[in-house]
Amino acid sequence: MKATTGTEFRHRHAAHCESGVAASLLTHHGVPISEAMAFGLSSAMAFAYLPFVKFAGFPLIAYRMPPRHILKGMARPFGMRFRFETFRDPAAGMRRLDELLAQGRVVGAQTSPFWLPYFPEDMRFHFNAHNLIVYGKQGDEYLISDPVAEDPQRCAGDALQRARFAKGLMAPKGLLYYPESIGCNEVTADAVRRAIRKTVRTMLGPVPIVGVRGIRMLAKRVAKLDPADRLSLNYAGHIVRMQEEIGTGGAGFRFLYAAFLQEAAHVTGIAELAALSERMNEVGDGWREFALQAARMIKGRDAFDPGKLARMLHGQAEREREFFRALKRAVA
Amino acid sequence: MDVDEVPQEGNRTMGGHRRAMYARDKDGRMVIVPSRGGEVDETVTLQALERIDELAAAARERVLAGRTSPLEYWMYARRLDLSQLSQVTGFWQWRIRRHFHPQRFARLSTAILQRYADVMGIGVEQLRRLP
Repeated sequence: MKATTGTEFRHRHAAHCESGVAASLLTHHGVPISEAMAFGLSSAMAFAYLPFVKFAGFPLIAYRMPPRHILKGMARPFGMRFRFETFRDPAAGMRRLDELLAQGRVVGAQTSPFWLPYFPEDMRFHFNAHNLIVYGKQGDEYLISDPVAEDPQRCAGDALQRARFAKGLMAPKGLLYYPESIGCNEVTADAVRRAIRKTVRTMLGPVPIVGVRGIRMLAKRVAKLDPADRLSLNYAGHIVRMQEEIGTGGAGFRFLYAAFLQEAAHVTGIAELAALSERMNEVGDGWREFALQAARMIKGRDAFDPGKLARMLHGQAEREREFFRALKRAVA
Repeated sequence: MDVDEVPQEGNRTMGGHRRAMYARDKDGRMVIVPSRGGEVDETVTLQALERIDELAAAARERVLAGRTSPLEYWMYARRLDLSQLSQVTGFWQWRIRRHFHPQRFARLSTAILQRYADVMGIGVEQLRRLP
C-alpha cells in the first residue's frame, strides 16, 4: 500500500519512538493522527516494576507497555494490519529494505541506538527496541526519520545494518514493518473509550508489580535501600533515568497521556476528560518533583534519604490510584 | 508542566540535540516543546556513564596487575555488562568469566575473539590489548 496522501514523507519530532513512528506512518498513509493519540489509543501508558529483569544491573522499571504494543494497538481502532518482517541473514534484510524503498514505501524498523552514528555519544546504550522510519536512500546513505530527533537524519548502510541486527535481549532481527491495509481513517469515540478503559484496568489491576501496585512495590524496595551503600544512589538514579531519559519525553509518559486525554475529550464529547487531562498533568509534575529530589541527593545537595524517596513514590501511587478511579467513572 | 517550565538550561550528554516534551501552553493546550534538557536528566545520565567508566577503570587496573584479561576491560568500555555480553554473544556467563583469565584469554582462537570483537564493534587486534 502506497501513500494515499500524495505528498512526500514528512518528519515529525516526537517524545517517544514507537508512538512517533506509529503516528507518522499512519499520517503518511492518510490517517492523520497525533503521537499522543497513537499512544493513548493503544493503551500504552502503564507502570511496571520487574525486579527479575535486569537492565545494566538494575531492575527494569517501565512507565509504558512493552515494545510493539503501540504498533499492534493500531490494528483494532483503524481496522488495519502492519506487515512485520524479520530476517535471519543481515544481507537479505538490507536487500529487502532497499526493495521496499524502491517501491516507494516508507518503512518502520527496530534498531539498537548503540550503533546509530547520529545519536549523541553519551546516549548510545545497548537497547534493542528503538524504532525509526526509513523513508529513502541516497547513494549508500539511508534517509532516516527518527522520531526522537528534531530533524531527519542520515545513516550509512553498514551502521544501519548493525543497528537492525544487534543481538541480545529483544533482538530486532532486522524487523521491518509497514501498513498493509487500513480499513478506517478516523478515530471513533468508541475506540477512545475502549482504550481508556483498558489503561484503567492495567493501572488498577491486581498484578502486584504492575500499575499502582507496582509503584507501591517499588516504593517498598526503595525504602529498604541502604544509605551506606554507594550503589543505592545509582538505584535511585536508575529509576529517574528510566522515567526522564529513556525515550519518554519526561515524567514517565504522564504528560503525553495528558495530551491524549485532551484530544479524547474532543473526540468523545466527554468534557470531564479535559479536566482529567489537567489532573494527569499534575501527576506528571509529581513525578518530576520526585526526579528533582532524587537528583539533589545524587548531587549531594541533600542528604541521601531513601525513606523520603519512598514516601514520594507512595504519594505518586496514591495520586494515580485516585486519578484512574476518576477516569474509570468518566468513561463508564 | 507549563511550556515555560520545560527544561532548557542544557544537558551536555545530549550533544546539542533537543528532545520533544509535552507541556501546557497559555491557552491550556498540551503542545510539543523541544527541550535542551536540564540538570536532572543530565545528572542521572552522567551517573550511569560514570558507573560504567569506574568499572572500566577498575578492570584496566586488574589487567595491568595480570588478574583479568583485556576482554573484561573492553566489555565495560563498550557499555556492556556480563549478562549483556552473554546475551549478545550467545556464550554462557561462566564461559565468559573463564575468558577473563589472562592465560586462557591468550590462547583463545581467532574465531571466538572475532565474535567478541564483532558485538563490540572493534577489531580483534584491539581486543587483545588495552588501548
